[in-house]
Amino acid sequence: MSETVAADQSSAPLRGKRILVAKPGLDGHDIGAKVIALALRDAGAEVIYTGLRRSPEFIARVAVDEGVDAIGLSILSGSHCELARQVVDELKRRKASDIALFVGGTIPDGDHARLIELGVRAVFTNDMTLDDAIRAVARELR
Amino acid sequence: MNAPEAPATLRPPQLTQTSASGIDVPVKVGPEAVEPNRIGEPGQYPFTRGIFPDGYRGRLWTIRQYSGFGTAEESNERYRFLLDQGQTGLSVALDLPTQCGYDPVDPMARPEIGKVGVSLSSLSEAEILFKGLDLASISTSFTINGTAAIVYAMYLAVADKQGVPRAKLTGTIQNDILKEYVARGTWIFPVRPSMRLIADSILFSNSATPRFNPISIAGAHVRDAGATAAEEMAYTLANGLAYVDELRRRGGDVEKFAQRLSFFFYVHMDFFDEVAKFRAGRRLWAQLMKERYGVVDPKAQMFRFGVVCGGSSLVAAQPYNNVVRVAVETMAAVMGGAQSIFTCAFDEAFQIPTEFSAEIAVRTQQMIAYESGIGRSVDPLGGSYLVESHTNRMQDEIERVMRQIDEYGGVIKAIEDGWLQMRLAERGLERKRKSDTGEAVIVGQNHFHRDDQKNEVGELFHLDPQVSARVIEKYQRVLETRSTAEVRAALDKLAAAAEKDDENLMPYLVDCCHAYATVGEMVATLKAQWGEFQEPVRI
Repeated sequence: MSETVAADQSSAPLRGKRILVAKPGLDGHDIGAKVIALALRDAGAEVIYTGLRRSPEFIARVAVDEGVDAIGLSILSGSHCELARQVVDELKRRKASDIALFVGGTIPDGDHARLIELGVRAVFTNDMTLDDAIRAVARELR
Repeated sequence: MNAPEAPATLRPPQLTQTSASGIDVPVKVGPEAVEPNRIGEPGQYPFTRGIFPDGYRGRLWTIRQYSGFGTAEESNERYRFLLDQGQTGLSVALDLPTQCGYDPVDPMARPEIGKVGVSLSSLSEAEILFKGLDLASISTSFTINGTAAIVYAMYLAVADKQGVPRAKLTGTIQNDILKEYVARGTWIFPVRPSMRLIADSILFSNSATPRFNPISIAGAHVRDAGATAAEEMAYTLANGLAYVDELRRRGGDVEKFAQRLSFFFYVHMDFFDEVAKFRAGRRLWAQLMKERYGVVDPKAQMFRFGVVCGGSSLVAAQPYNNVVRVAVETMAAVMGGAQSIFTCAFDEAFQIPTEFSAEIAVRTQQMIAYESGIGRSVDPLGGSYLVESHTNRMQDEIERVMRQIDEYGGVIKAIEDGWLQMRLAERGLERKRKSDTGEAVIVGQNHFHRDDQKNEVGELFHLDPQVSARVIEKYQRVLETRSTAEVRAALDKLAAAAEKDDENLMPYLVDCCHAYATVGEMVATLKAQWGEFQEPVRI
C-alpha cells in the first residue's frame, strides 16, 4: 500500500495543484507553453492555458479568480524582463504575491538572476528536461 | 584533456531503422527503386529532379539572410553591410507590434518594440528602411503575415515615392496566414476574411508587380513546433490547396496565379529525409496541379521554394557545433533543389546574431556554392537507389497525412476547431520527450557533453534600450505632420471596400499608406468590419 502511494507521488508530483500557463505579450510561439501544459497535466496538475496575447493584468486576474497555486509565463520574444515585472506588479496589486511565478522561453543566461530578483521562482529554458522542470515546480509548491 | 563521454544514464546511440520522420530505411536498397518514368527529367513534369533543366548552372540559389531589428535606421545600416558582403537579397524581420497590427503606443506593443525585428508603423519608417537602396535592383523578402497586405502596400508606396516602376519590384511577402493560426500566432482576423485579404493581395500583385512573389506558403513553423518532415510538407501542401481554392473562388486563373506561388521550409539534420522531402513535395505539387485543377502550363505546375537551415535544430549547448549543423543542412537544401537559402547563425538559438556569427552563416553558403562544387550537376542524387526509394516513401507518407486532414474536413475546419493545433502540440511533447531521453541524439546536449562545458559565446548582441523611445517619438511626429483629413478619407474608403466582398482591397491600402495612415489604424478599420480570430484553446 505504501509503495503505491510512493509511486503515485513520483508519477504525479503535482496532484492537487492548479497551474495557469500564460502567454503574455505578442509572441505567438506557443508550442513551448502547450508542451509544458501537457507535461504539467501528465504530472497530475490541473492546468489552465490562457491562449495567446494576454495582458499582464488579464493573467493576474485569471490567476486570482481561478485560485491557482502557480503561474507559468512563456515568452520567446525577448520581452521577458518587462513582462515578468508587470505580472509581479499586478499580482502585488491584488495581494496575490503568494502565487508562485515561473518563466520559460528563450531567456539568456544573463537574465536569469534579474528575473529571480523580480520575484520569479525559477526560470526554464529549452535545454532543461521536462522532468527537471516538473521537479523544480513541485519543489517550489511543496 | 578528457574525452567527452555520454552520461551514464544514456545508452550509446545506435543507427536506427527509421528516419527522423519515421520512414523505414532499409540497410540496402537495390535498383528496383529507380523508376525512370516516375522520376522524369530535370525541368520537366513532374519535376522530381528540379524545376530547371540546368539546375544551378543557369542561376545559383539566392543567398538570403534574415535580419532587422530596432529602428529603421539601424536596420538600413545592417542591410547595407549585408549587401556589401555579397548577399543578393534582403530579408526583413519585423517587430511583433507591426506583425500583429498594433501601433507603438499601444500598451500591448510597448514591451515588444524593435525586439524581434524592425518597427514599421507607417510609410515614414519604410522610407527610412529603404533609404539609398535601389528597389529596382534588390529583391526584398518580408516575413509578414497578419499584416502582409499592409506591408506590401507600404513597399509599393515606397517604390512610388522613389520613382521605381511597380512592375520592376522583386521580392516576397510570406502572407501565409493559415500556419499562423497553427504555429506562429500572428493572426488578427478570423480565417475567412484573412483568406480574402490574401487572395486580394495575390491577384493584385499578379498584375501590378508580376515579378513579385505575393505568398510564401510556409511549413517551417509547424516543423519547428514539432511536425516531422513529412507532416511539414503535408500541412504546407494542404494549405497551398486551400489558397488555390480561395483564389479560384475570387475569380483568379489558376494557370496564371499558380506561377507566383512559392513555398518555404526548414531543413533539419536528417539528410535524406530532407532531400526526399523536397523531391517528393515538388513532384506531388505538380501532380496535384495537373490532376486536380487541370493545369497545363508547366510554370504553373512548378514548386518553387526557399529554405531556412537551422531553426530549432540548433542548440544552445556547445553553440559552435551549430556551424557544422548549418553546413550539413545547406547541403541537403542544395541537393533538394532550393531556390533560395537562408542560413541561421550559430548563436541564433538564443540571441540576435552578431556581425561575426552572421558573416559565418553567409560564408557557409558561399563555400558550398563555390568551393564544394555540389551544385554543378542538376539533382546530383537523382537515380540513387536510396534517394529514389526514400523519395517514394516520403511521398506516400505526405499523402497519408494530407488524407487525414481531408477526412477531418479540410485545413480551414481543422484550424477553426483547433484540431491541427492540438495535434501539433502532442507532436511537440513527443519531440521534447525524445530529446529529454536521448532517443533523438543531439550532440553536446543529450549525448557527448561535458559537465564543465560553456554554452555561452564570446560576443553578445545588445539591443539599444532607447529603441522604444525613439520609435514612439518618430511615430508621434508622423501623427503631427500628416494631413488628418486625408488619413480619415483613406480609412473610410478602406472600410467601405472591406464591406463588399467583390472589391480588391489593395488599392485602398496603398492609398492609406500614401496618406501616412498607421498600421494600427488600418488594422483597426478592418477589425471593425471583420472582428478578431477567436483562438480555440484546447489543451
